[in-house]
Amino acid sequence: MTGFGYSLTPSSRINLDDKDKEKWNKLIDLEPDVLKCMACGSCTASCTAGIFTKTSLRSAILYLQNGQEKQAMEYVKSCLLCGKCFMVCPRAINTRHLLLSISKIYTLK
Amino acid sequence: MKTDLYKNYIKNANTHRMNNNVIIIGGGPSGLEASAQLHKMGYKVFLIEKDSQLGGHLAKWDRLFPDSIEAKSILENILENINGVKYFLNTEVESITLLDKEYNVILSNGTTIPATAILVACGFDLFPAEKKEEYGYGIYDHVITNADLENWFKTGLDDRIVKNPKRIGFVHCVGSRDEKAGNRYCSKVCCATAVKQACEVKEAFPDAEVFCFYMDLRMFGKGYEELYLKAQKDYGVRFIRGRVSEVAENIDKQLVIKAEDTLSGKPVKVTLDLLVLMAGMKNCVSSAKIANLFSLKTDEYGFFTGKDSIYKLQYSNKEGIFHAGACTGPKTLPESLHEARAAALAIDNYIKSLE
Ligand code: SF4
Ligand code: SF4
Ligand code: SF4
Repeated sequence: MTGFGYSLTPSSRINLDDKDKEKWNKLIDLEPDVLKCMACGSCTASCTAGIFTKTSLRSAILYLQNGQEKQAMEYVKSCLLCGKCFMVCPRAINTRHLLLSISKIYTLK
Repeated sequence: MKTDLYKNYIKNANTHRMNNNVIIIGGGPSGLEASAQLHKMGYKVFLIEKDSQLGGHLAKWDRLFPDSIEAKSILENILENINGVKYFLNTEVESITLLDKEYNVILSNGTTIPATAILVACGFDLFPAEKKEEYGYGIYDHVITNADLENWFKTGLDDRIVKNPKRIGFVHCVGSRDEKAGNRYCSKVCCATAVKQACEVKEAFPDAEVFCFYMDLRMFGKGYEELYLKAQKDYGVRFIRGRVSEVAENIDKQLVIKAEDTLSGKPVKVTLDLLVLMAGMKNCVSSAKIANLFSLKTDEYGFFTGKDSIYKLQYSNKEGIFHAGACTGPKTLPESLHEARAAALAIDNYIKSLE
């Protein structure tokens, strides 16, 4: 796959082949409802912290699904755990609980 | 002594059709179409409608996706074929008894009708949009539903629609795909309706900006994708992929919408002069009573369940009782009409098998 005179920067392509599934599987064990997310964005739209910071549970879930843990954590690190996203989620995911589990699993070294 | 020839003649003469009554519950498109077909076959058909007019939701709609055919002309087509069908308006079923393969049905007007087969075609109700309080229907001045908009297209009357709206928004999936509203299912027709109405509202207000807030655009039928393309290309409708999470009213009575533009990953805010809620389908208000009276099976949402979901949709769990149309779940209008014809055939086969 060389010889075209250009290349994709490795960091910009999502490589699902190399996804580290260990933490993701742990998350699914603890929070099976994370699989129900339909990426509607209601949580992000209603997020108390989202106006000032780039807090977005939807984005975090997407990045975790893609194995991009670092990026994912950027979207939840300013979460205030207010639980407003739980009220709006149309798939009735306990988002606050999910956020706690994400931070537990993904911040542990 | 009867010869084989004579027996064959009797068999093909369909005499069973003249001697049997069929009752149809529901005077919407599927009930009407089934009545017309069974009447044409020679059955004595009795149609029962709880409303004061025939036609169901079709009678209240202005134009139909995907080709903007007038609802009125379709309804006229259907009604032309029910001449000779005996129908009762403002009437419901009060009780039913089974006497040796024949049902005895007593109506709220006191009439008793014996029937060999019954078709339940009681249709659907629109999801009551006021139940999604966060969208402000019935609270804010300029929030209407898809049905209200159709009524405005028909009559031009609705105080909630201002003279020259600058921005108009459509909210998809109101009361559908929503565990909080108790309805997990997709109502199927509201994406195409929203796109159709977005084009029509743009025709009515050429200077307005029109937005559709959607999660998935379900444009599955023939001509629907083309309608979507037309909305983008010819009408400049802006599609934003994100569910509306909240609506607030500002001091000028405009509506401030909150959603996420999930494609750019940013929360969006937009101020609108008119908001249209795409209320989905739910089971019809009388379905619980009918299910009870007839001992019919329903799903967790109150829609009737056919014997299976593919091959025997038109057959209920009770011998001699059949289903057609949106009483078994969200359907498009052509689907409801096809099901009505399928049910008419199923009823004919059933009655013939009893001879
Ligand atoms: S719990 Fe966190 S992510 Fe959810 S709305 Fe509150 S701040 Fe936003
Ligand atoms: S509101 Fe629920 S379903 Fe929608 S994006 Fe957020 S977590 Fe997913
Ligand atoms: S048809 Fe479209 S608007 Fe209606 S419930 Fe399904 S996805 Fe939502």
